[in-house]
Amino acid sequence: MRPSPAARPAPGPSRRSLLRGAGGAALLAGAGTPLLSACGGSGSSADPKTVTVGSNASDAVPKKAFASVYADFKKQSGLTVDVNTKDHNTFQEQINSYLQGTPDDVFNWFAGYRMQFFAAKKLATPIDDVWARIGGNFPEAMKKLSKGEDGKYYFVPLTTYPWAVFYRRSVFRQHGYQVPATWDELVALCKRMKKDGLVPIAFGDKDAWPAMGTFDQINFRLNGYDFHVELMAGKAAWTDAKVKAVFDHWSELLPYHQDGFMGRTWQDAAQTLVAKKAGMYLLGSFVAQQFTDKADLDDLDFFPFPEMNPAYGQDTVEAPTDGFMVSKAPKNHAGVVKLLEYLGGPAAEELYLKTDPSVVAASGKADTSAYSPLQKKAFDMISGAKSLTQFMDRDSRPDFTSTVMQPGLQKFLQNPKGVDSLLSSIERQKKQIFASS
Amino acid sequence: MTTDTPTTRTEAAAVPPPGAASASPRAGQGHRRLLTRRDRLTLALMAGVPTVLHVALVWVTAIASVFLAFTTWDGIGFDSIKWVGLDNFRQLFADNPQFWPAVQHNVIWFVVLILVPTPFGLLLAVQLDKRIRFSRVYQTAFFLPVVISMACIGFVWQLVYNPDTGLINSIIGANRPGHYIDWIGDPGLNLWAVLIAASWRHTGYMMILYLAGLKSVDPSLREASALDGANEWQTFKSVIFPTLRPTNTVVLVVTIIEALRAFDLVFVFNKGAQGTELLSILVTNNIIGESSRIGYGSAIAVVLLVISLAVIIPYLIATFRKERRA
Repeated sequence: MRPSPAARPAPGPSRRSLLRGAGGAALLAGAGTPLLSACGGSGSSADPKTVTVGSNASDAVPKKAFASVYADFKKQSGLTVDVNTKDHNTFQEQINSYLQGTPDDVFNWFAGYRMQFFAAKKLATPIDDVWARIGGNFPEAMKKLSKGEDGKYYFVPLTTYPWAVFYRRSVFRQHGYQVPATWDELVALCKRMKKDGLVPIAFGDKDAWPAMGTFDQINFRLNGYDFHVELMAGKAAWTDAKVKAVFDHWSELLPYHQDGFMGRTWQDAAQTLVAKKAGMYLLGSFVAQQFTDKADLDDLDFFPFPEMNPAYGQDTVEAPTDGFMVSKAPKNHAGVVKLLEYLGGPAAEELYLKTDPSVVAASGKADTSAYSPLQKKAFDMISGAKSLTQFMDRDSRPDFTSTVMQPGLQKFLQNPKGVDSLLSSIERQKKQIFASS
Repeated sequence: MTTDTPTTRTEAAAVPPPGAASASPRAGQGHRRLLTRRDRLTLALMAGVPTVLHVALVWVTAIASVFLAFTTWDGIGFDSIKWVGLDNFRQLFADNPQFWPAVQHNVIWFVVLILVPTPFGLLLAVQLDKRIRFSRVYQTAFFLPVVISMACIGFVWQLVYNPDTGLINSIIGANRPGHYIDWIGDPGLNLWAVLIAASWRHTGYMMILYLAGLKSVDPSLREASALDGANEWQTFKSVIFPTLRPTNTVVLVVTIIEALRAFDLVFVFNKGAQGTELLSILVTNNIIGESSRIGYGSAIAVVLLVISLAVIIPYLIATFRKERRA
């Protein structure tokens, strides 16, 4: 039930919802009997010349990009990669029964809590042996992201992208706006934009996850990375005055958000930025996909969310990271190690980015010379970060974020005055969910 | 639930009657049996396979979900099922901010369906029953929405309601800052917006049911009331409508079922966000996903089941009593 923002979402919300519905129905039928819905792994995988990969890269661009990567891997190693592609959202919904059934050797997944969860459930194989070889390719923050709670490595990152405030250079130039460096400057800029007849901040929360991005930014700017992580892990209390302060700041900014956001998808909101009707938009860099005209795309720029607390400055960057994990009992372990070592190297990433330029490489060693200016800036921002976060629904229990936080944040957006009772309700529900397993 | 009963009956009817069996060549071999080995095998397969499927897919899962409602389970391995007693229900009734709105919306759903599209469908049926010109065309036009799946209806109405580019807001200019109407997001509006779409479909459904009922009204009744000097309204009120009683029962049951199983339209529309919560959507949101709350979701499903039973059992009792009397 979580439309991962990570997932370079499909062009229309309608298609995803439909597919999600279909996948949901399929899972319902198999919920009691996990084996029924396990539709992964093929019988041929005992073949030492083949590695099977369960892929969620069902969209055309990533699918093609992965195909080129696997073809190159075959050329180098002689091993065939047998890809089993499933619809992106269906893959996420079925991941439980998929991993308990007969999964493929390697599967696409996300960094953060979502990876640690399956590692802790013993549904993944630790890959410290792979990391012994590829460790040098990655910055410290990426290493931290790839470890399970037990300190072992479970994940090989491939691509990532930052969340930031996007704007059009020409609009800023035309009105003489400066990039705001602090919260007060941001609020002042919003005021000016409103006066100039612009929508200061484009916003659409129909899919319920974009609001989480705003919460994340305000929280780690105001309270720092450590508090954010504790809060996401269910350790800090939502009734803490620090959380209340996040919502107070958010309320201050809310009047400058686009009207009617509850019925608008992020794609529609992005269109107001494309049309120069909106001044800014806080989103992941996948917003660039909506800029289909080359001249518009060249005009697109971004700045990191402004500083709110000098103690933390802008040291944290939200950068959801996608990559690979190994299922609990891979049939071809030697092949898996070879494949992951290859995928963790800069060559694989460069090859991938040639076909899919909407993201940047997770490795610090990948060649950045072919990057667009936007990609370069994104890459610099991520590699310069002291701490990386994933996204609320990747940093915390997904059942908590989807059943409590998504409706909770929407409730706040509708009624910013009822924060106190909302926060105590969230805290009560959080305790129940985190206590349950 | 009903599928296997008629199947079994058909099987029974297909068995050759004893007389026919004795006439068959095998019967002459001395074994006077009603059914040959092959017949029994066929029978066992034809009745057995559906029964096994039915029991496995309906009864086992239903009973399992009642059991799971008293546990917590993330769906990973059976050893992680933990008994928690009534905890799920306690949380649901006391702490879930979406639960009571969902119950309320299911009730509103029923009330609106029974008050708006049902009388309207009856009205259309009565008009069409008069054999007016192009009656077939009208009938088709009104029935067409029923043929389309709810999910597709959701997509189409979303295009109409889209706050930025939708038909309504574009026509009345309600997509400008300051004059904004958020049909899909505003919790005071979106339930009604969805209900219009649901009613649009339900009207055709009701029309067809009533039309079938009206066709079976004995024409001599109309004649008699005309001879007695009743006007059209009097005839309808005192003669026609009372004879539609069986149809009304069907309509009531169908509408209750539609209200309880309402899901697809809303799920496509806005996934049951603020203002459109429904029990069925809460069940789905809790059960489907990577780290599901299967126990909690089952508890919601049990509430839905209890409500359904509370409606269906009195209906069944009434129906059986009527049959016994007959």
